[in-house]
Amino acid sequence: MTAGEAARKVATNPVRVLGRSTLGAVRMVGSVGVFAVRGVTAALTPPWFFGQLMRQFVAIGFFSLPVVGLTAIFTGAALALNIFTGGGRFNAEQVMPQIVALGITRELGPVLASLMLAGRVSAAIAAEIGAMRATEQIDAMRTLSTDPFRYLVGPRLLAGVLMMPLLAAVADTIGIAGGWLVATRVLDFSSAVYIRNTLDFLQGWDIGSGLVKAAVFGFIVALMGCYHGYNAKGGARGVGRATTHAVVSSAILIFASDYLLTTLFTHAAQ
Amino acid sequence: MTDAIPKLAWKGVSKRFEGRPVLDGLDLSVAPGRSLVIIGGSGQGKSVTIKTALGLMRPDAGKIELDGKNTVNLSESARRKLFSRVGVLFQGAALFDSLTVWENIAFRLINADGVPRKEAKERAIEALEQVRLAPDVADRFPSELSGGMQKRAGLARAVVAQPEILFFDEPTTGLDPITAAAINELISNQVRRLGSTAVSITHDLASAQTIGDEIAMLHGGKIIWRGPAAELRTTDNPYVRQFVEGRADGPISHAV
Repeated sequence: MTAGEAARKVATNPVRVLGRSTLGAVRMVGSVGVFAVRGVTAALTPPWFFGQLMRQFVAIGFFSLPVVGLTAIFTGAALALNIFTGGGRFNAEQVMPQIVALGITRELGPVLASLMLAGRVSAAIAAEIGAMRATEQIDAMRTLSTDPFRYLVGPRLLAGVLMMPLLAAVADTIGIAGGWLVATRVLDFSSAVYIRNTLDFLQGWDIGSGLVKAAVFGFIVALMGCYHGYNAKGGARGVGRATTHAVVSSAILIFASDYLLTTLFTHAAQ
Repeated sequence: MTDAIPKLAWKGVSKRFEGRPVLDGLDLSVAPGRSLVIIGGSGQGKSVTIKTALGLMRPDAGKIELDGKNTVNLSESARRKLFSRVGVLFQGAALFDSLTVWENIAFRLINADGVPRKEAKERAIEALEQVRLAPDVADRFPSELSGGMQKRAGLARAVVAQPEILFFDEPTTGLDPITAAAINELISNQVRRLGSTAVSITHDLASAQTIGDEIAMLHGGKIIWRGPAAELRTTDNPYVRQFVEGRADGPISHAV
């Protein structure tokens, strides 16, 4: 048996594959966990680098506004059309504003805004920190008596957690406005009735739960970017891989935690 | 010199990567105020030697002693304090590309030492003069500088806080011979001016002889020759001879 055949046999032995991937997954969860604890500790204890924090607020919060706004307005508009059509099947077109408002604030505003940030911010963080790793800038920072967790990771985590709810609030508003635009311009709803229905129907927790979710998603987006960038290996290819992993893992974790948090919130409400 | 405590010493340092030994019981020391250059072929563990000394990489076995004290198990905060006595010039200069040149040079002063920005900038510009860069370079970004200028700025960043020990990782790699000579001269000037201990790694022999008082040759994870810089070209050690003469055949057989 040649080495190649042996390697193929090892690779295809299902028990080994299962064992290896399980061990790999456990190791990964452990290493992300340790990274997260170090990052959160750095974010919450002095010394803080306020200049870096401001820079991240602007990079993560302010510069994501156009992307989040565009996503929200089209989603709100399309949602309104779909619910109007679907509602029409049992003569319930008139509840469209309420369902748009509920869908946007509880689910689509936070989730879609976070997904856009998974693409925009998580990738940018992973690429930047990964390139710093590849060019020894992170080593250099340590030799300059500055903890990269405090200087790089902490500010990004804080900015992710604090900016994401603001962006989700913007997405809520613009998403509902998108529904309102379609309703009043295309579907002959009265503007005043639409707004009145939306405001009377929405409860504080519809919005609040969405914003809490958004904070968690913001943490995920920043954490995945930092983690994959910080652990990037092997030059330009490693940075590319880190970026891909950051986007894919943030997106998956956003969906998974969305379901978990929604379950938690609906149980708590009962 | 041998009975004094060395400034920095590697004692039986070993490091493996995926089972392959890179450092294999490395013993090496440098006396206070001396400049040691480590030469050796690619992949012989030169970078790992520096990284273990800096604590950027943990040795599998052995001790790294600074002023006679083992530094391998230092806590993060003790390590940070130790780094305040160290200056490093990285191979690619490793300047922070999101910061201007002066912010790079003053990085330690501003972020670790709490020096006010105005004073830090003045000190950064003084350091720029030391490496013969014009003050107007201060407000540019590293990407706007040539490779030689980036090395100079990196050198300024390494010396600005007047460290006790300086590390130079391949200081002339990727530079043309004239720029390389200028960098070598700047390095020896700065080391002399500060009276620091210096450890450099290089495979550039001209560089080794300009900046080193002593030269050690690393091969197979061990030091196989060590002597005064002047003896590099006269020694009859077959490994050194092969390296100096740049022959492909000899005791060093590279799996290229």
